[in-house]
Amino acid sequence: MNWVAIIVFVVLFGVVTIVGFLAAHWRRADLDVLHEWGLAGRRLGTLISWFLLGGDLYTAYTFVAVPALVFGAGAIGFFAVPYTIVVYPLVFLILPRLWSVAHRHNYITASDFILGRYGNRWLALAVAVTGIIATMPYIALQLVGLQVVIGAMGIGTGGGLAGDLPLVIAFVILAAFTYTSGLRAPAMIAIIKDTLIYITVLAMVIVIPIELGGYGKLFSAIPPNKLLLAPPTGNSLGLYSAYATLALGSAFALFLYPHSVTGVLSASSRHVIRRNAAYLNAYSLMLGFLAITGFMALAMGIDKMPEFAAQFAQYKANFAVPALILHAFPDWFVGVAFAAIGIGALVPAAIMSIAAANLFTRNIYLPFIRPDCTPQQEAQNAKIVSLVVKLGALVFIIFLPLQYAIQLQLLGGVWISQTIPAVILGLYTRWFNPWALIVGWLVGLVTGTAMVASTGFQSATYPLALDGLVVPGYAALYSLIANFAVAIVISAVLNPVAKTRGSDETVPGDYHIDPAPAAESPPPISATA
Amino acid sequence: MNGNTDSTSRKRLSRWWRWLLVLPFIALMWVSSYNSVEPILWGFPFFYWYQFLWLLITSALIIFLYYWTDEGSAR
Repeated sequence: MNWVAIIVFVVLFGVVTIVGFLAAHWRRADLDVLHEWGLAGRRLGTLISWFLLGGDLYTAYTFVAVPALVFGAGAIGFFAVPYTIVVYPLVFLILPRLWSVAHRHNYITASDFILGRYGNRWLALAVAVTGIIATMPYIALQLVGLQVVIGAMGIGTGGGLAGDLPLVIAFVILAAFTYTSGLRAPAMIAIIKDTLIYITVLAMVIVIPIELGGYGKLFSAIPPNKLLLAPPTGNSLGLYSAYATLALGSAFALFLYPHSVTGVLSASSRHVIRRNAAYLNAYSLMLGFLAITGFMALAMGIDKMPEFAAQFAQYKANFAVPALILHAFPDWFVGVAFAAIGIGALVPAAIMSIAAANLFTRNIYLPFIRPDCTPQQEAQNAKIVSLVVKLGALVFIIFLPLQYAIQLQLLGGVWISQTIPAVILGLYTRWFNPWALIVGWLVGLVTGTAMVASTGFQSATYPLALDGLVVPGYAALYSLIANFAVAIVISAVLNPVAKTRGSDETVPGDYHIDPAPAAESPPPISATA
Repeated sequence: MNGNTDSTSRKRLSRWWRWLLVLPFIALMWVSSYNSVEPILWGFPFFYWYQFLWLLITSALIIFLYYWTDEGSAR
């Protein structure tokens, strides 16, 4: 056991716990209403929003899995970089519209918007259920990052329930401060977490290449088949089309995830989103360098070092970055770096559980189970659901093989993409018929799932055969094309029947409104009122 | 009135400038154009530094669109 690292880790975790509970007092408001608990009152300015979105989108799982993929599979793992580049023009153009319409009508989830825009509660339900199902395995995977660093400090490597105890403790802490502080907790913690992450990555990209003799030596130590994408051979586009479609498809899907929507809607104005579309690239830069740490681990042959053999057997490629940190840094800094990854798991897990709770409460519980509940009951229900969601993720990761969570997350990306026609196009046009969007969604789900199933749930890349040419590509994008085609055809058929079109409570101006940011504290009640 | 027409024409202009945001998509989706080791820059193979370069270009484009076109001037 690495005691110095453990002490540093525990102290930083303690600080974060205190901050998580104190966050309830930040710009204090009534946390018994859902938009205060679940969206921090839509009050987050550019800087805090930057930290929150950064901490939300670049998750602990990303930090472990991206370098692990580069370590294991090479250049294809770098697709995370073009993915997180092309996502920001989309954010810049599309999401201010979602923010404005949500602000105008007090929408808290994407599904709220769907109900207002299409007046069809079944379509709203489809979007809500897809969001919740796609989020659950994502939360579970956050625990993987936590599990790996706990294991790396030498705790519970033998497995068994005692080994899971630190994980359980971390999650109880997470559940408690999320319950009391809502979205304010991850917003405040994200500031600490991201600062630690930036320090860690900066240290890694400076210190480790010095040991290796510079970046030139580092890259020349990588076998050519991993350094670049294998060029197309014969009648297949090979890794080229896979790389491009994975990046593009992931970028389109990212902002459909409930935790992204929650992060975006908590911004205090549409300008916050537009500015951060430029500034969030700093995280992509860091992610790019982090991906290269996968090559550092490879160049050092870190998996061949006898001191890490046992943990590599247990955690496989996911152990590459923790091993690199253990190898390169003194124990106290190992504690800092591991705390960064560990806390890095808590921030997105908190936001995801809040987002799933908002969805369940607003779009399933309220309309289908308890239409008469008060705003206080609504917020109370969301708080309890956020606990249930986290408990589910914890049970999942402790009792089921990790492979299931990874496969479900893979499928989750394919599924969430099927809500793109309803949500994204809905921000621009009301031409699509809500029933057509439901059928399209269903077709997309089935084709996407079938494509992933045909690879034995091993990969989201499907070799599509087009007239003798094989184009391997991201199943989410392919099934989205099927979804679109069906939605267009059925809309054209159904639209002449006015009854099927549903109502629309929004007007074109709603998508551009630009109100002054919310006051720092609730306005005082005027004496003359 | 004058300020009004000024901001309308600026808005119209910014719609055209927005098409610049297509560039990162074209550059990054055209994988065969950058899947090579040479030219190496500061030890980084072309494949890697080229994508880092587009990260910076995209960020700069968005900052330009924000501050020099519609939204920045509207504030």
